[in-house]
Amino acid sequence: MEILAHRIPEVLPAAMSVAGCRHHFPLLRQWVNGKPLVYLDNAATSQKPQVVIDAMMRYYESENSNIHRGVHTLSEKATQAYESVRGKVAHFLNAASEREIIFVRGTTEAINLVAFSYGRKALGPGDEVLISALEHHSNIVPWQIACEERGAKLRVVPMDDRGELIQEEYAKLLTSRTKLVALTHVSNALGTVNPVREMIAEAHRHGIPVLIDGAQGVPHMPVDVRALDADFYAFSAHKMFGPTGVGILYGKAELLESMPPYQGGGDMIKSVTFEKTTYSDLPHKFEAGTPNIGGGIGLGAAIDYLNALDMKAVMAHEHDLLVYATEQLGGIEAVRIIGTAPRKAGVISFVMEGIHPHDIGTILDAEGIAIRTGHHCAQPVMQRYGLPATARVSFAFYNTKEEVDALVKGLHRVKEVLG
Amino acid sequence: MSAVNELYQEVILDHNRSPRNCRPMPDATKSVEGFNPLCGDHYTVHVKMRENVLADVSFEGAGCAISKASASVMSSEVKGKTKEEAERLFRDFHDLVTGKVDADEGFERYGRLAAFAGVSEFPARVKCASLAWHTLHAALTSDDPRVTTE
Repeated sequence: MEILAHRIPEVLPAAMSVAGCRHHFPLLRQWVNGKPLVYLDNAATSQKPQVVIDAMMRYYESENSNIHRGVHTLSEKATQAYESVRGKVAHFLNAASEREIIFVRGTTEAINLVAFSYGRKALGPGDEVLISALEHHSNIVPWQIACEERGAKLRVVPMDDRGELIQEEYAKLLTSRTKLVALTHVSNALGTVNPVREMIAEAHRHGIPVLIDGAQGVPHMPVDVRALDADFYAFSAHKMFGPTGVGILYGKAELLESMPPYQGGGDMIKSVTFEKTTYSDLPHKFEAGTPNIGGGIGLGAAIDYLNALDMKAVMAHEHDLLVYATEQLGGIEAVRIIGTAPRKAGVISFVMEGIHPHDIGTILDAEGIAIRTGHHCAQPVMQRYGLPATARVSFAFYNTKEEVDALVKGLHRVKEVLG
Repeated sequence: MSAVNELYQEVILDHNRSPRNCRPMPDATKSVEGFNPLCGDHYTVHVKMRENVLADVSFEGAGCAISKASASVMSSEVKGKTKEEAERLFRDFHDLVTGKVDADEGFERYGRLAAFAGVSEFPARVKCASLAWHTLHAALTSDDPRVTTE
């Protein structure tokens, strides 16, 4: 298969050592404000390995063409390249079938798709959608809109001071009125890893389907949607070393089949007359219009890259970084870490006594250190702690302890300037 | 001096640590809320107008060092000025923080506002610096009780 052969990125060793991976990311070599870049904003977006950049460049240089409609050679090449990614994603998530993999713009669109397709069908007056206190705005607002439209109610699983969801309250909130549970796998603001497998099982005991926002999950741990028994699982390519503008909605086939289309247009139809349109089968029913073909191909390369990594080593390394950074930051007087759940991904939110997070961000930036400051699109989480904003560092496997040391030094500089 | 030290000048640090005119004003003739939805900076600017003069100006709220110092310096600078003079200062301030003033000309004529010239090197912080000013501008020119930077 000459066509597909070059789609596979340059040969990667079966299990790459984590330490050796940093040089696969060209952006990380740069200097910012006269200092070597320390990129600690991975929960916002991750950097891209050369193989992802190359795969997209190759597509635009030699294969760019519209898919699913041309009989010419380029169109066939592009269609094959793009559709082969669907198979990679299905395998990556251990989905039962490629039909369960819907290409979308990102996690936000995936959740909107479910809210407006499934939500419109399933929700009625008095029904409830259950989300959690840890959600990103993208797993709050679509449900608010859908609930308002259908006369349904949004309910929220509360969390404790450590940033863990209170499971007893969750169990109480699952009732015959609950039509869907939507939960984040990993909190983007605090790093809490939710026990989604157990929570899904609990919802299923009441016959309630569950959507998992996996935007912060897939970059950090293997995800098996069948082991989790998730009904829907959403994620974005750009947080898992792929490009922006493309993401995936996984949905169980029987659920997706029961749902009306989300958007109408080309590519999602079998036939159109002015009297009646017949929709395509899964997955194309939910993919109106020309998709982000180059982005999809980039996602495929990112999955190949992740598959070549030893995920156990990745998780161990990120955990080491989290433990080390938590100790180091905890040792700085005036620093208070927000979110101290026992199970956390590589995210540390913190505040400094008397210093606003934006000032922390500006001074660290002058040291070449990129972190996120603000409400992290999770204002209810901030409100829970009575804070307008926090500073947040978030790790990827390419980060190092030396970078944590640079961060600590940078925070001392913050104290020096503003203390 | 590094860009960061240029930004966090002594005037700014001082006004951040001990902000002036940071108090409620029960007899204000106009109070407007200013809000930066991106970072959560949130101030209410109170004005007491006597004829065409800003007889008293104060603010309440919370935000970063730049926004707080800016609100504090602003309240001190515009107090006692006419509405037109206050609006002219707003334009001067805006020119300063957006880098429209030639550094070679010097910033002397801007008085205490000159402390904010370093902001122009930090585009992400221009909104922090101008939030209180935009809020005052709204208090002087519009009926809107709430403004945002977005």
